[in-house]
Amino acid sequence: MDANGAVPVLELKGVSKSFGAVVALRNADLTLHAGSIHAVVGENGAGKSTLVKIMAGLYQRDTGTFEMDGKPVHFRTTAEAKAAGIAVIYQEPTLFPDLSVTENVFMGRQPVGRFGRIDKGLMRTEVAGLMDRLGVRIDPDRPADGLSIADQQIIEIAKAISLDARVLIMDEPTAALSGVEVERLFAVARSLRDEGRALMFISHRFDEVFALCDTVTVMRDGAYISTAAIADTSVPEIVRLMVGRDVNELFPKIEAEIGRPLLEVSGLSMPGVFREISFSVRSGEIVALAGLVGAGRSEVARAVFGVDPYEQGSVVLDGTPLPPHNPAAAMKAGLALVPEDRRKQGLVIDASVATNITDAIRPTLTRFGLITARAENVEAQVWARKLEVKTASLDAVAGTLSGGNQQKVVLAKWLAANPRVLIIDEPTRGIDVGTKSEVHRMMSELAGMGLAILMISSELPEVLGMADRVLVMHEGRITADLPRSEATPETVMFAATHTSEEVA
Amino acid sequence: MTTVPVTSTPGIGARLAGLARSRETGIFLALALVIVATTLKNPDFLFSADGWRNLLLNPSIVAVVAIGQAVVIISRNVDLSVGSIVGLTAYLVGSLFLAFPQIPVPLVFVIGVVFGGLLGAVNGALVAFGRVPAMVITLGTLYAFRGINVWWTGSKRINASDMPDGFLDLGTQQFLTIPVLTILAVVILVVVAWYMANTRGGREFYAIGSDPDAAELYGLAKTRRVLMAFVASGAASGLAGVLYTARYGTVNSQVGDGFELQAIGAAVIGGVAIVGGSGTVLGAVFGAYLLLTINSALPVLGIPDFWQRAVVGVLILGAIVLDRVLAQRQSRRLHEERSAA
Repeated sequence: MDANGAVPVLELKGVSKSFGAVVALRNADLTLHAGSIHAVVGENGAGKSTLVKIMAGLYQRDTGTFEMDGKPVHFRTTAEAKAAGIAVIYQEPTLFPDLSVTENVFMGRQPVGRFGRIDKGLMRTEVAGLMDRLGVRIDPDRPADGLSIADQQIIEIAKAISLDARVLIMDEPTAALSGVEVERLFAVARSLRDEGRALMFISHRFDEVFALCDTVTVMRDGAYISTAAIADTSVPEIVRLMVGRDVNELFPKIEAEIGRPLLEVSGLSMPGVFREISFSVRSGEIVALAGLVGAGRSEVARAVFGVDPYEQGSVVLDGTPLPPHNPAAAMKAGLALVPEDRRKQGLVIDASVATNITDAIRPTLTRFGLITARAENVEAQVWARKLEVKTASLDAVAGTLSGGNQQKVVLAKWLAANPRVLIIDEPTRGIDVGTKSEVHRMMSELAGMGLAILMISSELPEVLGMADRVLVMHEGRITADLPRSEATPETVMFAATHTSEEVA
Repeated sequence: MTTVPVTSTPGIGARLAGLARSRETGIFLALALVIVATTLKNPDFLFSADGWRNLLLNPSIVAVVAIGQAVVIISRNVDLSVGSIVGLTAYLVGSLFLAFPQIPVPLVFVIGVVFGGLLGAVNGALVAFGRVPAMVITLGTLYAFRGINVWWTGSKRINASDMPDGFLDLGTQQFLTIPVLTILAVVILVVVAWYMANTRGGREFYAIGSDPDAAELYGLAKTRRVLMAFVASGAASGLAGVLYTARYGTVNSQVGDGFELQAIGAAVIGGVAIVGGSGTVLGAVFGAYLLLTINSALPVLGIPDFWQRAVVGVLILGAIVLDRVLAQRQSRRLHEERSAA
């Protein structure tokens, strides 16, 4: 019972979970009420995911109590948690690509008639009704393959509703969504709340937490820190609780001396992807490439680096033209690209930290064509220390590190190659606040050392906080080139949603 | 908000369009083309009593194996041991008739199916509980089962004279000109196809093959389903072993050798994606008929032996390329539809 006298839908008390010697969660408390959206925030590694997995039935707690409607529960499988009315929407939805939307919603609990025959008509009608209710147009018969992440999340939500889940847990659902998609998701979340369901929302974006939630629980280092009503708290307060120290400046921008242009891109075009892209980045300058997801920002970066081809235009690095579609030449000339999807493009997940860091400078480490672990470790040590990579040892497998530390390893790998121009795609996606400001500090320092940095980012505060200049893309074109003084949320969002003619 | 009118079932038109586009239709047309072309060259291929019978009868044994194989492949596994299971069961059936000449024929069928199912359960248990890739496990049991067969059989062979006429007649009997064995295969096809399309269990095979990790999160009983798929494949192969004995009457230690490749080939040609999650058992059966009909048609068309194997190879590669192209086209279309919406 709490102050309102209502029995909470779900209550965890003193829950702990260890994996061998590693304590992932200690003494966690969480109380979810019907008709409420409860935010859980904390740095990566704070234990949020472990908590979610315990509620979802994927992990079993070691100690503590777990009650629903005041009665103790114990889930051994995801099916049991589901049956009790808990639905989890993961950051990356897990659907069956070959099966239809309808089948995805009902898999494992299809309505059956005689001889176990699935009632497909009933399923279809119900899914169509759900899509209507959620205000989206997704054909119930189309396969899940090819749906955007936002649509896949909608299907996960439809699944949760059709299950009549009383507790909906959303684990960083907005990480990969654009502004419009986030709004749609929030509208759905609010309507579910108004129906009397309990929602739990995990996010790294404070503006979203404050816009959507009514209560917030902060976790740190696997432990419960505090719970407060949103109305009674503030961003600096939450950040302080999360980090355990004051982060006065989320974006510690250091003024750097701006020198000559190092990267000059002119008239870059690739039909259907981007058109007439021209810009330059100077030494010591951080230029942000902003825009909605799908505007073609990453594609431009990949073309500039030479991973993808382009049909027209040129890329000049410090006076030397780069041959198109030749990443090896770009790397040699001093260009580095830190990609967005670390796990897929930036990191060899199964290799050691040291191997990953020395990946880009491998040829310089060889003696008679052979590489020794010693040579790798010596070089890797330098960068691992500079970036404060938290790892048990340099031999640890990269995949076991936390998201923030993986990002540091990827950065270290490129910095070891000593680049002059750094293109960095979504530098802080999926990274917690503490690491975020470390990454930002690092970028500032690099700019101060005379590097030219092109940063692709979907997070407006990051763009406005870090960039000397903001380029905005919309549908494959650059629609605005704003100096720091003119860049505001309004000007950037306007350019991101309008074509250049309208902007001009 | 715009509401999309959605009826509870797709219209007749949509169904016909779907049918016309389906892989099964394409394979069926290819099969018809092969038969027509060969019959034009030599009318006996289709119109003689023997020709008609062989056309239906010969592929039906591989078709039964392919049905089981398709279920396994749909759940993102593969069963390389089916040929060895066919061989071992066939020899067991022959030995049963040698030891108990009066044994009732239906009992022999039951024993064959159960025995095959048990061998399949060995595969399934090793794959599902041992978490070892099916390719490796069943490659091992392919040799192990065949080894047992050779050790047991030695250089002996069981002949038609050792078996009762009532059993051997099954191999040649016809009902309305359609061989009994073919009817049996069709009955199995209908039952399994219905199960795969219309029951929770059937759909879960597709789900597990489509994304095993998602299946885990959905709380599907993955271990049990994978085990079941292998038991089904083993049972189908066991049945095929009984059918083989009835059809040919002679059993040595090499029965069913190479069936695994024909069954996998049939499934792949019939549109069962080797990475799991899509395809139908009907497609696999059509694939088996196409594969074996081409084998018997090529000599009639006067194509030398060497080229016959090459043609089968081209067919399989062609099917895979076709799958790839179609999958990419569909994926692109789905993305475009979505961004247009």
